[in-house]
Amino acid sequence: MLRRTLLASAAATAMIGGAALADGHEPVKVGFVYVGPIGDGGWTYEHHQGLLAVQEEFGDAVETVFVESVPEGPDAERVMTQMALEGADLIFTTSFGYMDPTINVAAKFPDVRFEHATGYKQADNVSVYSARFYEGRAVQGHIAGQMTESNIIGYIASFPIPEVIRGINAAYIHAKEVNPDVEFKIIWAYTWFDPAKEAEAANTLIEQGADIILQHTDSTAPQAAAEAANEAGATVYTFGQASDMIEFAPAPRVSSIIDNWAPYYIERTQAVIDGTWESVSTWDGMDTGMVEIGEITDAVPADVKASAEEMIAAITAGEYHPFTGPINKQDGSVWLAEGETAADYGDDGLAGLNFYVEGLTAEVPQ
Amino acid sequence: MIALEKRPQPSQMWSLASPLVAVALTMLAGAGLFAALGQDPLEALVKIFWEPLFGEFAFYYRPQLLIKGAPLVLIAIGLSLGFRAGIWNIGAEGQYIIGALSGAAVALALYPSEARWLVFPLMVIAGALGGCAWAMIPGLLKVKFKTNEILVSLMLVYVAEQLLASMALGAMRNPEGQGFPGSRNMAQMEAATSWINQSAGMHWGVVAAFISVIFAYVLLAKHVLGFQIKLAGQAPRAAAFSGTNPARLILFCLGTSGALAGMAGMFEISGPSGIVSIDFNVGYGFTAIIVAFLGRLHPIGILLAAGLMALTYIGGDVAQSSLGLPGAAIQVFQGMLLFFLLAVDVLTNYRVRFGQRSAA
Repeated sequence: MLRRTLLASAAATAMIGGAALADGHEPVKVGFVYVGPIGDGGWTYEHHQGLLAVQEEFGDAVETVFVESVPEGPDAERVMTQMALEGADLIFTTSFGYMDPTINVAAKFPDVRFEHATGYKQADNVSVYSARFYEGRAVQGHIAGQMTESNIIGYIASFPIPEVIRGINAAYIHAKEVNPDVEFKIIWAYTWFDPAKEAEAANTLIEQGADIILQHTDSTAPQAAAEAANEAGATVYTFGQASDMIEFAPAPRVSSIIDNWAPYYIERTQAVIDGTWESVSTWDGMDTGMVEIGEITDAVPADVKASAEEMIAAITAGEYHPFTGPINKQDGSVWLAEGETAADYGDDGLAGLNFYVEGLTAEVPQ
Repeated sequence: MIALEKRPQPSQMWSLASPLVAVALTMLAGAGLFAALGQDPLEALVKIFWEPLFGEFAFYYRPQLLIKGAPLVLIAIGLSLGFRAGIWNIGAEGQYIIGALSGAAVALALYPSEARWLVFPLMVIAGALGGCAWAMIPGLLKVKFKTNEILVSLMLVYVAEQLLASMALGAMRNPEGQGFPGSRNMAQMEAATSWINQSAGMHWGVVAAFISVIFAYVLLAKHVLGFQIKLAGQAPRAAAFSGTNPARLILFCLGTSGALAGMAGMFEISGPSGIVSIDFNVGYGFTAIIVAFLGRLHPIGILLAAGLMALTYIGGDVAQSSLGLPGAAIQVFQGMLLFFLLAVDVLTNYRVRFGQRSAA
């Protein structure tokens, strides 16, 4: 039963795939599947900036298509299949939850190349790529630890996946380094984009005494919530997530992590045009510019800003790794010995990180 | 002057015509919307309604209609029974989730058993019972304490979502998933998959959807229970006099709709979706409410309405990627359908009078 299914669809797609590639004069078609709306002001917005950069770079030689707000499941599989059927040569699937759908569709279209963001399943025609957002989180923690008056930092987390847990750990380690009394309150929103939920989480954290809000969700709602609290007399600072969110500067937004996908998207599109595309696993950070730190505003004291900029320079130059020992796990056992830096892969590696470091009081949701 | 005058009897003609008029009005207003966005309105409508059915890649899209439509039919059929009797189950989304989790629990507990004859039927039963049990909570509360089933069933959706997240992160997490949330893929388990033929879009949920349509039709047309359901909705007092037990009717309607929603979830999670993931549910339970009303709470009507809704989803994505229409425009377009339906439905119960209002 299963085998017949595979053969039937393989036969159907072989016909289509052949037809699409036969005409070499057609522009290369690049598709993007987005988990949020392009106007989210965060994650999807930055991916769409990447699409626009590809369009700008290649002009008529490339045709781009995209579908926004695609749920992570059967719908994603349909949208990807549809793009492949309509002749896409390269498809970027830009959310972790697209992992299995991407692998499934890629198996049916061996001639179409796929690039899946933030996952771990590779195939001959599926690359994976992600950014070392935790480098930016370290800088945020460094600034936040010195800015907080209440010593309570609120964190709006999305899903308990390694990427998010890495961010929490990186921010905590560097906040603690400059402020031993600092405490993290974490709210899991279980969404990447839901302005109402995100605003609610921000307000709850502010009510609980947090005067810094870090977010790993994609909308600007927490920024707006902090701004409203400040108008009511509070002093709350925030950091832009995925995108600069500069419209909330100089406060509450005092800095940001910017995901700059444009160079990668241009490079991969060029590889398809040149016929040199290969399945790769990319995990870049500040060194290549995939992770950028948005302007640190004047709301941040000059000495804090200067030391943050030193840290940025050190990470960019590869002189400093945000996870450098001694660091213990939450249960007190040793994770990294003195001077040891975290490995990317393997046991306790960054790629699959699923535990908190010592000092965080919450538990990773199970 | 234009006035609305209540009809002595709801108009049979308008009751049937209003969905068609609503669809036509939606197309017109949609065309205006697409034109305002700088698109050729005719091309956009062709992409949405024609392309998936008869376009170049219809061989792929037609089966997708079954996949997208089946859960809508299953849930809407169940809801329509209650809606006819004036029992408002708004929480089908939660029952869908619990049914899916119950079915998945069986599949994952028995993994790696290969006894399909045992595993799959058990999953179906567990899915139906799970959804039924979740719907029984508002049912029993209504019967015992006269609570409002609309509020209770809706609130339980959010409880179910939390339970789903907890399962995807904890008890049902794939032990080989490198710490990432999500269960093993049940669509790839020979014993547990609901797929019959994936490229034809056939899974057991599609079969169950068609069976549910037939059952609902027979129930409403031939069975005394169907008569009681209709009577309870139209004339509650007459129903009471004729010997209808309202408590039993409430439990039957909520239980049945819960069981059907639970089965829809179970078939979805072991087929098209495959894994227990945090955002497994995508709103079928709520869309099915629109489908039920668009289909006039009639089994055949629901079948057609579900097909239409599925078409706008699939065609909407086609229009997005091929024309660059924004996703929000498609959602507005779908929303207009319900809006116009409700507007035109006024004509079922009222007639429009022009000129002097008669002194009655």
